[in-house]
Amino acid sequence: MSGLLDHLPALQVVLPLISAPLIVLVRRQRFAWLLTVAVSWISLAIAIALFVKVGQTGVISYAIGSWPPPWGIEYRVDALNAYVLVLVSLVAAVVAPYARISIAAELPREQEYLLFAMFCLCLTGLLGITITGDVFNVFVFLEISSLSTYVMIALGQRRKALVAAYQYLVMGTIGATFYVIGIGLLYLMTGTLNIADLAERLRDVKEIRPLLAAYAFITVGIGLKLALFPLHQWLPNAYTFAPSMVTAFLSATATKVSVYVLLRFYFTVFGASILFEGLPTADVLLALSVAGMVTASLVAVFQDDLKRMFAYSSVSQIAYITLGISLANEAGLTASIVHLLNHGITKGAIFLLIGGIALRCGVVSFDRLRGIGQRMPLTSFGLVISGLSLIGIPGTAGFVTKWYLVVAAIDRGYWWLVAVIVGSSLIAVAYVWRFVEVAYLSEPDERSVKRGEAPASMLGFAWVLVIGSLYFGFDTSFSVGGAREAAALLLGGAR
Amino acid sequence: MSLASHYSYWVTIFLMIAGLFIVIARGNLVKKLVGLGIFQTSVYLLYIAPGKLIGGTAPIIASGFRAYSNPLPHVLILTAIVVGVATLALGLAIVVRIREAYGTIEEVEILEQDRREEA
Repeated sequence: MSGLLDHLPALQVVLPLISAPLIVLVRRQRFAWLLTVAVSWISLAIAIALFVKVGQTGVISYAIGSWPPPWGIEYRVDALNAYVLVLVSLVAAVVAPYARISIAAELPREQEYLLFAMFCLCLTGLLGITITGDVFNVFVFLEISSLSTYVMIALGQRRKALVAAYQYLVMGTIGATFYVIGIGLLYLMTGTLNIADLAERLRDVKEIRPLLAAYAFITVGIGLKLALFPLHQWLPNAYTFAPSMVTAFLSATATKVSVYVLLRFYFTVFGASILFEGLPTADVLLALSVAGMVTASLVAVFQDDLKRMFAYSSVSQIAYITLGISLANEAGLTASIVHLLNHGITKGAIFLLIGGIALRCGVVSFDRLRGIGQRMPLTSFGLVISGLSLIGIPGTAGFVTKWYLVVAAIDRGYWWLVAVIVGSSLIAVAYVWRFVEVAYLSEPDERSVKRGEAPASMLGFAWVLVIGSLYFGFDTSFSVGGAREAAALLLGGAR
Repeated sequence: MSLASHYSYWVTIFLMIAGLFIVIARGNLVKKLVGLGIFQTSVYLLYIAPGKLIGGTAPIIASGFRAYSNPLPHVLILTAIVVGVATLALGLAIVVRIREAYGTIEEVEILEQDRREEA
């Protein structure tokens, strides 16, 4: 048994990878669902085991096929990616059991198992990006997760889903190709692809110009994947037209994993010092984040579709994460990393609850949701709580992030930034209030009179995440504790 | 280090920009994918060209051969080609579905139909 436990890093990726073809071979809806649930729960168990082990013994290095790094591919788990692994597999473990009813309602029966196969592949890709210590391997897993994502979005009910998937395919491929150009330049300068080795050898590179080019290509490429304002154009349509469970899973994991890649490159590979001196990255990132926080929130206020509104809210929330990165001090990075978890859980809860509304009402535009607070009290209440967490009300997970961001801004002496953070939170109040007004303060729509609460299994799993977004507002020992350790690790590597 | 001695980079950069330009400038969904393919192909060259040593052979130890080309970029690009093929196949499959749903593959007409649907 101890032999098997040594292989946990490989199993983390291999298990979802082999379940995808199994699902396609067996072609049974129920088998597909059960296997997906089992795999996602085992993935969560493995991720937690790795997290605990990293806390006890430090970095875990696993040589794939026993080829020693830097020649072979290394899986390397440290405080930062153990944390991200837990987030990704946790969300998958909640979304997978939720999916059965939601998918049955939104997809033709003969396509259901294909969606579960794609879900497993996407999970493989996201976990793989996070765990691997090889930059080219990151690209391969990035494409595995992206290609499966395009398919999942294209399976949406309306024909606009196809166009959204196509647009995302074009932009996502450009992003991934930019990333490959970047690592190609790094390989030309150093002759290695292993992250730790790369960081070591880059210090001796005298010719700085190719590095700056590589750095720019990687920033833009990953910026596209994580929907950094103004590279977010693919996101609102993709989130709006994808099936509900897909939106919930993607919003909680895909962009977060891309942020992880950015953190890895900025702080582990390049090292903060070269980078913040070589190019005005910090200032550019700061400006884009501020613009994203304010504009995306403003655009969200004027949406008529609940899903689209929260999609724009995602763009602004991602800007909070990149804002923390641009401040590049310990509090800022802690805020960024903790917001990966906080926003992942909160937004996951929101889109799962919206999935319940979509099941009962068919559409999720505001004019059809009047009086939904009486018809679906638990769903609406959950949405309001999650909305409070987006705003950052004390007692919710969102507050914890805002707190660290404000501390980070004050540390840098940016008092104006504190005002911007508070201001953009106030805009969030405006769009969350729009839902409250429609749900609780309007006359019920006759067309939704007899429709009751969402099925218990969907509602239950959505509420797991809602309660999570409250829990991490009170007990921050895991969320902030893990994030602070990861931030210290990143900044330690920079020195 | 003259300009001509690094001509492979000029070819690479030309393909890169041409591909990206097609993606942006063309409204036909299939043509966009062609541009995307050219853009991805340019990256293959970026990796392969520096791996080649003039006069070098395949990296198999044998008497009489001293200089070997670097095999790693070839292997990496083999993976990237597979990814490129998969992307193109999926892209074309989606275009087929779009054509079934909208009856056109011109971006302008698709957006026009969407606008009319909303109004």
